[in-house]
Amino acid sequence: MDKTVNQKAWFLVLPVFLVVAFSAVLPLMTVVNYSMQDTFGNNQFFWNGVGWFKELLDPSTDLGGRFLASLGRNLFFSLVILAIEVPLGIVIALSMPRQGWTVAACLVILALPLLIPWNVVGTIWQIFGRPDIGLMGYVLNHIGLDYNYVSNDIDAWVTVIVMDVWHWTSLVALLCYAGLKSIPEAYYQAAQIDGASRWAVFKAIQLPKMNRVLLIAVLLRFMDSFMIYTEPFVVTGGGPGNSTTFVSIELVKIALGQFDLGKAAALSLVYNLIILIVCWIFYTVMTNAGSERKQQEGAV
Amino acid sequence: MESIAWMAWTLPTAIFFAALACTLAAMTYLAAVYPEAERVGVLRIPTTRGDRLFISLITAAVIHLLWIGLVGTDAVATLPIGEEGFEISSLWLASGISLATAVLIFRTV
Repeated sequence: MDKTVNQKAWFLVLPVFLVVAFSAVLPLMTVVNYSMQDTFGNNQFFWNGVGWFKELLDPSTDLGGRFLASLGRNLFFSLVILAIEVPLGIVIALSMPRQGWTVAACLVILALPLLIPWNVVGTIWQIFGRPDIGLMGYVLNHIGLDYNYVSNDIDAWVTVIVMDVWHWTSLVALLCYAGLKSIPEAYYQAAQIDGASRWAVFKAIQLPKMNRVLLIAVLLRFMDSFMIYTEPFVVTGGGPGNSTTFVSIELVKIALGQFDLGKAAALSLVYNLIILIVCWIFYTVMTNAGSERKQQEGAV
Repeated sequence: MESIAWMAWTLPTAIFFAALACTLAAMTYLAAVYPEAERVGVLRIPTTRGDRLFISLITAAVIHLLWIGLVGTDAVATLPIGEEGFEISSLWLASGISLATAVLIFRTV
């Protein structure tokens, strides 16, 4: 730990920094400027101080109510899809074949949903769920379920959640499969000699070995679902009412629908701060997990 | 100036970003002239000066937002400047707390 850190390599990043300055830093500065002002267009701005932030963090105002409600919906959505995708991904990874041509077949089938662009996934499910022409919607209504994602809140939520599970469980499964593949055969042989049950093998060997990939999977899925926009926007448009309006959808409504640049800028800064904090935790946990493992291996 | 009118610069935000740029420049200078070793603090993670600055800035942002949300920005004092006086927002207290927190973070994290 006494070794000094040479940070001079960072100077090599300068050219990229110049590019990023135009694509990210200047726009971000502009957002900060907007968040402190109000505008009616025509580049005329009026100083508002921290007024938008005050409104944003006060649940009794329109802006604050909408922001906190969409944040709550977003967190609930992330929790639900994590609770489904992680166990499901583990089960799929455990039931995948270990060798033979079926491995390749399974990997290709699992990778297919990941290759489809977000807006196409949205369109697929939008049509799939329609009660008049969609296969799923038609069948569900035919067997007596009153399913209509356009008018029923719960149906809309179920559709968006099932769509996300369909789209992203593969990612969790593939990551877990990679983790499982790295377990040496000797572990299983030792377990067999000890007469360990299937559950004991999972708990004592497979789960600890999948620890790190599961961490990546959980954090990736959390970040992705927390920033989700395209799929629910295409399927439900945030409706019925506001029931599937997540933070990013609310943000676009305020910024581009109402053209309230100040409010939208304040919202996006707070949203950005949340994502930045989660990103930092993600990065820190990942890099430290890596270095700890190296230290452990070095000690052995 | 018309070409950057869309960026809607104001004096306070310009001062804020200038201060941020100065801080980054100072950190760059320090890193180049006085290289340092990583150290493990109360968070049990190895951090450099840059990491500690980042944590301080993020903490400051959170403290200010919490202050705006929970305490508000009412004036705590009025300076006798000009005809109506110059009001000092209670948000400056949050800035003070942030500064103290930053010192604490640089010492312990």
